[in-house]
Amino acid sequence: MSAAPLLSARDLELRFGRVAALDGVALDIWPGEVVAIVGESGSGKTTLLRVLSGLMRPDAGSVDYLGQDVLGMSEAARRRLMRTEWGFVHQNPRDGLRMAVSAGGNIGERLMAVGARHYGEIRAQAAEWLTRVEIDVGRMDDVPAKFSGGMQQRLQIARTLVTHPKLVFMDEPTGGLDVSVQARLLDLIRALVADLGLAVLIVTHDIAAARLLAHRILVMREGRVVEQGLTDRVLDDPQHPYTQLLVSSVLAA
Amino acid sequence: MTHDPGYNFAYLDESTKRMIRRAILKGVAIPGHQVPFGSREMPLPYGWGTGGIQVTAAVLGPTDVLKVIDQGADDTTNAVSIRAFFRRVTGVATTERTEEATIIQTRHRIPERKLTEGQILVYQVPVPEPLARLEPRIAETRRMHALADYGLMHVKLYEDIARHGHIATSYSYPVMVNARYLMSPSPIPAFDNPKMDHMPALQLFGAGREKRIYAVPPYTGVRSLDFDDHPFRPIRAPHDCELCGSSDTYLDEVIIDDAGGRIFVCSDTDHCSQVQAMKEAAA
Repeated sequence: MSAAPLLSARDLELRFGRVAALDGVALDIWPGEVVAIVGESGSGKTTLLRVLSGLMRPDAGSVDYLGQDVLGMSEAARRRLMRTEWGFVHQNPRDGLRMAVSAGGNIGERLMAVGARHYGEIRAQAAEWLTRVEIDVGRMDDVPAKFSGGMQQRLQIARTLVTHPKLVFMDEPTGGLDVSVQARLLDLIRALVADLGLAVLIVTHDIAAARLLAHRILVMREGRVVEQGLTDRVLDDPQHPYTQLLVSSVLAA
Repeated sequence: MTHDPGYNFAYLDESTKRMIRRAILKGVAIPGHQVPFGSREMPLPYGWGTGGIQVTAAVLGPTDVLKVIDQGADDTTNAVSIRAFFRRVTGVATTERTEEATIIQTRHRIPERKLTEGQILVYQVPVPEPLARLEPRIAETRRMHALADYGLMHVKLYEDIARHGHIATSYSYPVMVNARYLMSPSPIPAFDNPKMDHMPALQLFGAGREKRIYAVPPYTGVRSLDFDDHPFRPIRAPHDCELCGSSDTYLDEVIIDDAGGRIFVCSDTDHCSQVQAMKEAAA
């Protein structure tokens, strides 16, 4: 790990009326690191992800990406980041995919957005990425509406990673999938992350997924980070009462 | 026919014409950028060229010579009635000959004869937004134009090739104007796209229902989008014109009997009759 963090947030505050969604949150992500944010519904996980990726403005605080002020940058600059060095995997693949465009077109969109103008090369890359996410290349020209939920999610991941981003935000990537599909998807994400040296910020309420993927865990409750540390440390020796509750409520199969 | 005194010159009142001229000037200053304007009700239904008519009304002067074409033809209902309308409300001279006209209002074609400096080509536009079919949110398409974020348009062309093996968009083929704005050329055939590039005449586009005006000033670069390995190709029916024999013009397919008989003829009627006259004179 290098000395400077990739993304660094300080003193984030955001209130929805009387509810504090973010209350003095600070966070660093280093290159190649997978950080999971866990917590119950309404604890501010997704809000934090949206603020860090510049989709939402906080009331106070700062977000810094490699020396650039994310909250202060122009929309043009933020979009450029979003389609080159960043990626966002939505919980619902329908939010991240174009459902009326073929799988190949979905993967190619990011390439074309950054200037790829050679059809054959775009298609070759799309085929390569379909293979990497274990989708049959023969389905390249099918629209994602005809895919199963797990395939759609894998396609969304391929579409996000095709431009080799440095930092990927994932919002409950395994939500809404059945358990065996979840396991395969987690396996896939783990392999890709290790392969590409991605930094990933993953929001999940699934402690098992966090244990499998993350190097580090942040536990959020009521807009505050109540505990953070290495995954195994936090899950095996939880200090905060809420973390203890969270860890003890995981069902053992 | 002289100007009907019951109407202001060119039907619209002077302040409306000024408002439209301001939109046109802004459009010329930012080639390819869609400028909103206060489109008026015209004595014609939307879809019959109300946008083009308003633009023509705003730029028309008493000494202008007007030509109106519809799919290249001077003698179809739409062309005839718009020509009659302007004769009545302005009294200006009209013509069917491309080279005599100072203003040409067109629906879906660019004349075959090269246009010259000083001429104005006014297009009737049904859907000014080239991204309309791809991105349903208008606010989002504005943002995409502002940020020149046009990857999505290439996705459309990609899909064409993936499904049909070639770019199957044969009309309303998207263009980049002055290497900045993505523009819909109105539903002209892709065959006409190359004529827009560095055209000596001023090109104005009016969309009445959508309330947008945009423009391509003379000698402005207009490039049809394509892929390096699937370059843009202007498409025409592989035939000669049945009437004049031209092999380099855009053709209409016309059914001539109930037995499936068909011929191909020039869609530009003025060009076709001039070529025929030239051939007769030579014979």
